[in-house]
Amino acid sequence: MDKPTVGIFDFACCEGCQLQIVNMEEELLDLVSVINPVQWREGSSDKAERVDIAIVEGSITRAEDEEHAHDIRSRAGIVIAIGACATFGGVNKLKNNFDLAEVKQYVYGDSARMHHLNTQPTKGINEVIHVDYNIQGCPMNEKEFSYAVRCLAKGVEPVIPNHPVCVECKMRGNVCRYEYNEICLGPLTRAGCNAPCPTGGFWCFGCRGWVDNPNTDAARDIMDYYGLTVEQLKGKMRLFNSKQEHTDE
Amino acid sequence: MSKTVDINEQHVTRVEGHGNIRVRASDGAVEQVEWQVPEAPRFFEAMVRGRDYQDIQTIVSRICGICSVTHSLAAIKAIEAAMGISVSEQTDKLRILTHYGEQLESHSLHVGYLVAPDLLGVNSVLPLVESHPDVVKTIIRIHRLGNDWMELLGGRRTHPVTLRPGGFGKLPRESELKKLRNDLENIIPDLKTVAQVIGDLAPKLPAFNRDTEYISLLNEGEYSFYHGRIASTDTEETKDVDEFESVVNEYVSPQSTAKWTRWHRDAYAVGALARFNLNAEELKPLAKETAQNLGLTQGCCNPFMNNVAQVVECVQVVEHGIELLDDVLSQGIEEEVPAPKPAPGTGVGCVEAPRGILFHKYSFDEHGVCQGGNICIPTNQNHANIQKDFESFVPQIIDRDQEEVRLLLEMLVRSYDPCISCSTHYLNVDFV
Ligand code: SF4
Ligand code: SF4
Ligand code: SF4
Repeated sequence: MDKPTVGIFDFACCEGCQLQIVNMEEELLDLVSVINPVQWREGSSDKAERVDIAIVEGSITRAEDEEHAHDIRSRAGIVIAIGACATFGGVNKLKNNFDLAEVKQYVYGDSARMHHLNTQPTKGINEVIHVDYNIQGCPMNEKEFSYAVRCLAKGVEPVIPNHPVCVECKMRGNVCRYEYNEICLGPLTRAGCNAPCPTGGFWCFGCRGWVDNPNTDAARDIMDYYGLTVEQLKGKMRLFNSKQEHTDE
Repeated sequence: MSKTVDINEQHVTRVEGHGNIRVRASDGAVEQVEWQVPEAPRFFEAMVRGRDYQDIQTIVSRICGICSVTHSLAAIKAIEAAMGISVSEQTDKLRILTHYGEQLESHSLHVGYLVAPDLLGVNSVLPLVESHPDVVKTIIRIHRLGNDWMELLGGRRTHPVTLRPGGFGKLPRESELKKLRNDLENIIPDLKTVAQVIGDLAPKLPAFNRDTEYISLLNEGEYSFYHGRIASTDTEETKDVDEFESVVNEYVSPQSTAKWTRWHRDAYAVGALARFNLNAEELKPLAKETAQNLGLTQGCCNPFMNNVAQVVECVQVVEHGIELLDDVLSQGIEEEVPAPKPAPGTGVGCVEAPRGILFHKYSFDEHGVCQGGNICIPTNQNHANIQKDFESFVPQIIDRDQEEVRLLLEMLVRSYDPCISCSTHYLNVDFV
């Protein structure tokens, strides 16, 4: 079988997920032995008509971005969204909690009405086009990325965890952030990152999105137990998961 | 170039490039040249409002993946300034060390993966794996060390988690710091190799000079990335970082979604070359020697030499990093837990990102809830200067082959290492 052709495309984001691809170093050269990168602003100046796999980073925030996303969809076999910005909007969706005209006014002042500064409510890629596969995280985990691309290149469905971050966190022997009177979203958040945040002395802020059917009752009980409020929990949940299912329940 | 040529379709031009170049010329005379920045705005300054002060660095770190340590630190410094939170000397040194890891990672990525292919006449780093395997391996080793360095101190490679107002959420162990010190010592031969390679290729950099105002931090007795006052090559007078808004004088240009800046002139430049021009006497011995070998001298006004200044800074952060590690290790790591208390106030934090001076400013109420912010990133401070460089450079090269003009203009933009295109190896150049 020919190596599948791959294109990498980006929208509004920090490009930190693409950076994880570069950070694979030799492993990237190894991956290039099973795929054929044909369009990557970094990797090559070629532009392809069609790609077998389109890897898309970033959020949709403008009408022209929507058009471009549709164009990518029409040229691609499989679309993979990488990172929270692409998979569900991530930190970019904080914007959607505000009135957009006011947000523009706040940042650009008197110039806010200039046409080229237009913006729409932030969307994840899947809200605009059909996405075949999501690699979660902010940034995504490069090992998970490599694993998923290899699977898809072979036509195999990759499997990602559906248990909460707490499981990985406990395996790493961390003292729970709740013992420091901090709100951690580990009980609700999909694992697979190996809990770098609680391990680094910070709380999990839910960058991988929620597990399927998160146990919100248990989360309420934890709040009660530690004398915290559900409102405080929701506030933390909005950081990366504004306007998502479960966030405001 | 007497004819009219359209190189790119408009929609491709708008969305695939985060920076576009538009050149209009007829019969060899340049009528218009424009540096356009149509990147989608993200409105961070508005989004931080209403958030707890402990969430701020997590949000604004996402402005730029490759400068995420710098953004986190600038935000934390601003928060600490606003709330009157002081940190230990140990925290200060470990933060600078974390920041050095990012400088090494970012500079080596730029010089090794983006600039070297230009100078070796190929489109990307991939062909170099075949043609120059040793150079590529050397660069990978340096780049990986920068990443490991950040991971050890920041908790991970991109978007650090240990950096918090008041100190470190998790401190490194002494044994880990000793290993890092060893790794830094061992990377010096690799840095010398890269300096040699870039030195051999440097004559290929265009000899383009334009008298420019350079701005960076300046601090007595050190080559400063983290402490000090705002300085300019145009004046002896320095300004407190609190006064940054009177330095950057932001304005909205119809060419750009990013705000542009100007101080004494209609444009200024920030970045490695700016820092070098203002701080060169303070370089450590090996970094100084590297600059000499590479023919980089203070007062240099060739924007292409920013790449060379980045190589010098790679040596500088490793050399000074070893000193700082020795210093921290000689005192031993003291366990301390950050215990900040929220307080109302407004504060500014300033750190030199790999791409140049970065400012963050926030206000908080008495509960530590953010009331608003102002962030001025280095790439935006360079936009007006890139435009001015174009206006001067394009007439000098316009009679050359169109492909060559395109490459030279792309190289000029890349020399500023703009984060809008930290991965852009291909800008859209429109000749109309
Ligand atoms: S998901 Fe996070 S790391 Fe990835 S591009 Fe978005 S902000 Fe950057
Ligand atoms: S720190 Fe967070 S992820 Fe770890 S066990 Fe506690 S709640 Fe779960
Ligand atoms: S611990 Fe939570 S916030 Fe951190 S990477 Fe994992 S999912 Fe994201």
